[in-house]
Amino acid sequence: MELTLDRPAPVGDRELLLRTQSGEREAFGELVRVYMRRAYYAALGLVGSHEDALDLSQEAFARAFRARNRIDPELPFYTWYYQILRRLCFNHNRNRRTRRDRLRQNSEWLAEEAGQRAPADNPQRAAERAETRRRVQQGIAQLKPAEREILVLKEFEGLKYKEIARLLGIPIGTVMSRLYTARRHLADLLEGGP
Amino acid sequence: MSAEKAERLERARQLMMAALDGELASGEREELDRLLAGEPELRSEWDRLHEVKEVTDAMSLRRPPEETWEMYFESVYNRAERGFAWILLSMGAIVMTGWALWVGLEELWGTADLPTYVKIAIYAMLLGLAVLLLSVIREKLFVRKTDPYKEIQR
Repeated sequence: MELTLDRPAPVGDRELLLRTQSGEREAFGELVRVYMRRAYYAALGLVGSHEDALDLSQEAFARAFRARNRIDPELPFYTWYYQILRRLCFNHNRNRRTRRDRLRQNSEWLAEEAGQRAPADNPQRAAERAETRRRVQQGIAQLKPAEREILVLKEFEGLKYKEIARLLGIPIGTVMSRLYTARRHLADLLEGGP
Repeated sequence: MSAEKAERLERARQLMMAALDGELASGEREELDRLLAGEPELRSEWDRLHEVKEVTDAMSLRRPPEETWEMYFESVYNRAERGFAWILLSMGAIVMTGWALWVGLEELWGTADLPTYVKIAIYAMLLGLAVLLLSVIREKLFVRKTDPYKEIQR
């Protein structure tokens, strides 16, 4: 998956933002349609439920729309939008009640890649894979927010280190260190360790 | 652990990540191999991380139903509109409530025919509300200190 986070802003973004700022509602609609899937998946990785991911990604777009006149059209829209989205997701997770509900529901937000699926006539293998998936989901849900975020951006959004660094505003070395910590914690959790 | 070893371990960990994610620069593969050969504990860590990578590689985020996208923007726009309406409504409600409270308290103070114990009860109720509010704010501040999400900016 490719993300264009390098400056300057993608030509399409810039034009759509300028049109949005001049009062063209449909231009913002086009921007939303460009990024809605990516936004939804980013939120899904952070909060782990379809309904919440949909709700939070839409809310972030609504806030971006309300603040449209403060957006710099020369900068990539998604980088700016993602700051709103991640704050909403972290605040959502901060709420103790929703965090407990999320863990209890253990929602099915991960799927197996098509090529990894067990054949239908091998129920034992399918059960093993389902168990692994469940443990990975639980393991990721138990990671610290910053670790979970970096793992999601790398593993499920497929971003390059440079892109993650730009999105989060941290050096590439920190991206690698944080990713290492996240994977090591996930390994501990999958092994039933600390 | 010496500073030199700590630095070597940190470098090895960064290289392990880059190797797992296919982001090694030229020459770094040899450097990683040398580091792994010199540290058995790093080799076992590498094997564990490799297994985790294999597991997560086999996973993807579940796709939502296709109809999710059909009304996506309309919902965003409705939210934006409603958000503006809520801001206006809240501002108006706060001002009106404040004004009503002020006028009410003033009248209450000047009402001679109301029994004193009723006046005291009303003031006690308002004081109780204020204490409850302060208590909730204090609890929120306390929770923030021990919250794993505290580093995340609101």
